[in-house]
Amino acid sequence: MTLAAKDRRLGWGLVAPALIWTAAFFILPFLAMLALSFAHMEGREVVQGFDPGNYIRIFTDPTMLGALWNSLEITLVVTVISVVLAYPLAAIIAFRVPARWQRLALLLAVLPFWTSYVVRSYSWLLVLGQNGVVNKALLWLGVIAEPLEIASTRAATVIGFVHFFVMLLTLTIYANLIQLSPNYARAAQDLGANRWQTFAHVILPLTLPGVVTGAFLTFVLCIGDYITPQILGGNTELTLPQLIMLQLGRSGNFPLASALSVVLMAVVTLAYFASSRWLRLDRV
Amino acid sequence: MRVLSWLYLAVAYAFVFLPVVVLVVFSFQDGRLPVPPFKGVTLDWYAKVLGDEDLMAALLNSLLVAVVSSLVALILGFLAAHALARVRLPGSVLMRGVLIAPMTVSYLIIALGLLTVFNQMGIRPSLWATGIGHVVINLPLCFAICYAAMGDHQKNAERAARDLGAAEWQVLALVSAPMLAAPLAAAFFLSVTFSWDEFIIAFLLTRFDVTLPVEIWSMLKSGLSPATNAVGSLVFLVSVTLVILLELTIFRRAK
Repeated sequence: MTLAAKDRRLGWGLVAPALIWTAAFFILPFLAMLALSFAHMEGREVVQGFDPGNYIRIFTDPTMLGALWNSLEITLVVTVISVVLAYPLAAIIAFRVPARWQRLALLLAVLPFWTSYVVRSYSWLLVLGQNGVVNKALLWLGVIAEPLEIASTRAATVIGFVHFFVMLLTLTIYANLIQLSPNYARAAQDLGANRWQTFAHVILPLTLPGVVTGAFLTFVLCIGDYITPQILGGNTELTLPQLIMLQLGRSGNFPLASALSVVLMAVVTLAYFASSRWLRLDRV
Repeated sequence: MRVLSWLYLAVAYAFVFLPVVVLVVFSFQDGRLPVPPFKGVTLDWYAKVLGDEDLMAALLNSLLVAVVSSLVALILGFLAAHALARVRLPGSVLMRGVLIAPMTVSYLIIALGLLTVFNQMGIRPSLWATGIGHVVINLPLCFAICYAAMGDHQKNAERAARDLGAAEWQVLALVSAPMLAAPLAAAFFLSVTFSWDEFIIAFLLTRFDVTLPVEIWSMLKSGLSPATNAVGSLVFLVSVTLVILLELTIFRRAK
């Protein structure tokens, strides 16, 4: 046997366990879910078959369309706000904070990232609730006469999400900014660009791949999240993941839940193709 | 401009820390509700939480699932990264894509897919099922970190070891792995924190033995309580200690 052939056999042997795991516990389950999404319920029994009824229902039933729309709106708003808030934060840490304090500043900025995900949403409930810290403070200051209804609204969901994703995006954007050679900015300024022009025409375009990658991760994690809207959004409106969990829990309607998941996956795939030009998933 | 920067930094830090500070402060609340006014300091809630058998069992379950699933993900990811970085295989771009793919899929979808398959095969929800799901979500991460860390520097050392008669498993265990100790540890601990904190897969794939996030979730259903604050603060304390230790050891050396 030649050396190359031996190498190749060894290579296959090493890569096989990971591939088999991914095939058995990721690709196969997804295909099973896809097949199940074309089944339908008769009473409490799942009847296999090729029935597009679930999809027709999703795109005609106002509740389902509403949930899809809510999810898209919340996710887009959260992604935009998070990027807009995180970019200056990352830039200030990268360019204003002295080099020896930067790691500490960054570590501090993302420290609450390490609290339990479930507990973080609960904490925002304590902050935003009727008797929460924000309302008590505003009442005490005399800014408002009646407590504000923030918890159990979309605003609370958005705040909870933005809090999490600002931390995530600050990390990814900082990592991009710090890799930039200062020579680019210096060259632009030598050529007569002011600060704003340097940022808009040099720094921003160079960090765009990092920003888009972070924004894409935000989109994926946000649109698929059940916890934050469930704890903070109350029952005023449903998002797609809440609707999916509702199908699993109350009615045990696995086919419909599967179809909703396929739609969720399709939305993420669309977002992937929309941003793929700039995506660098292997360099997060 | 300068003043504005520092002001922005201060406001950003305030926003980021606000919920955590509220969480920790009201875990000491001497009263039944974790909201203002603050009625005094007590450690009762911590005593209650640490004496709660269900919570402690859930904590152990979480640790077990996190450590075992991260180890499996790390080993699978490391071996695959080694193969794809060192050996020229047909279809390697595709294989890399397949291995990274779970990263772009919502945990909810991964959980539902596994639940579907396990239901059809008659496998009951359990910590094992959850662990399998956690390997799926952490494998791409471990693979990507290991793959990115494989440089030409190690390649020469590996070749030297092979020329000196080392078998391939010896090259992997005695040369490649030790040279990549820092990224391997980083991948492992990141996986542990993700698995430790993961909710939806654990929620759908466990039934009687649950993990900590699922147990905390069921605590939330009975309304606001300083006990939940105490659990949250403890989890935060443990994670932060781990992060600081990592920062001081592995990442410092990696630079």
